[in-house]
Amino acid sequence: MPDSAKVQAAPRKVSAVFIKTEIALMKKNPLAVGAALCALWAAGIAQAGGGTSPQAQLQRWNAQAEEAGQAARGKAFFTQRHGGEWSCASCHGNPPVADGRHAVTGKTLKPLAPAGNPVAFSDQARADKWFRRNCKDVLSRECTPREKADVLAFLIQTPR
Amino acid sequence: MKQTLRRLSCLSLLLLSASSYAGDHQYLRMGMPEAYAQECVGCHVAYPPKMLSAKSWQRMMSNLGQHYGTDARLAPEKARQIEAWLVDYAARKGRRAYEMPPEDRITQTRWFVKEHRHVAPPVWRLESVKSAANCQACHSLAEQGRYDDDELVVPKGVTPAQMRAFLD
Ligand code: HEC
Repeated sequence: MPDSAKVQAAPRKVSAVFIKTEIALMKKNPLAVGAALCALWAAGIAQAGGGTSPQAQLQRWNAQAEEAGQAARGKAFFTQRHGGEWSCASCHGNPPVADGRHAVTGKTLKPLAPAGNPVAFSDQARADKWFRRNCKDVLSRECTPREKADVLAFLIQTPR
Repeated sequence: MKQTLRRLSCLSLLLLSASSYAGDHQYLRMGMPEAYAQECVGCHVAYPPKMLSAKSWQRMMSNLGQHYGTDARLAPEKARQIEAWLVDYAARKGRRAYEMPPEDRITQTRWFVKEHRHVAPPVWRLESVKSAANCQACHSLAEQGRYDDDELVVPKGVTPAQMRAFLD
């Protein structure tokens, strides 16, 4: 595990506990509990977020791929099917700055491109998890670092 | 600057807590685990535990590798938390959803079929609906676990002749 990831793991845990406690206590006295936890939060004890950025994630995949991700390749990869029923765009849409829609359940998904969704690629563990799941659904295997670098380069360059 | 931002987000959190409490957010009161929101709700609406029997939830949770066409396996700790919560609030003996429907599909329980008997088959296939799994298409507060008839909305594309399901 890279050092930066180690440092980030702690606050994430804190905020998970924080949310759980809040939900549990809120049943009883929502306002008071909210206010108390807020005071703590404002004091800087609990910090939300996984603390990374789309750029930082791209750098990481670039380094692992040993080449810079290419947006044009990423776009082709994203919009084409890979032997299965779905492409990435089947759920995330094209261009992916607008809301997507899950191909099976119809659920509305937040945009995948950072220009349309500030939360996208802000948490390394979350992005890794969905890359793993979605690549398996689309390609029946995990995506390679180069494929991920390409996709991310494409997503970062997709304008609003 | 940072401090101000934090205070602002605090304020909104406070408002959010108050409003969701006031709005009778079922899942908040039931202590829905974070993992359910993070993992399951990524792909579909948060189906209420009471819509299946504990046995069906357990069978589903023991087979996440083949979860309706996708590999939805989870970290063991998360899976355990989610399963415990589902089982806790599952349909009890004597309740209408106390069933083990085919493939543990809520949409294949007898009560679901009966409850939706006036929905014409083409309505399920509308672009605005897409799937019977998409509760949100008609049940506007499904995301909060609420399925009251007076919160129904008519999805785009329903014809006057198909309105019956939404009226009685
Ligand atoms: C069957 C539907 C589906 C397909 C196909 C799909 N995804 Fe996803 N993807 C999702 C869902 C659902 C989420 C989670 C959304 C959420 O939590 O709001 C997600 C999230 C992601 C995320 C996480 C972003 C973040 O930081 O939050 C990445 C990365 C991702 N998808 C990449 C891909 C790629 C690459 C492909 C094609 C190989 C793909 N997806 C195909 C459904 C899909």
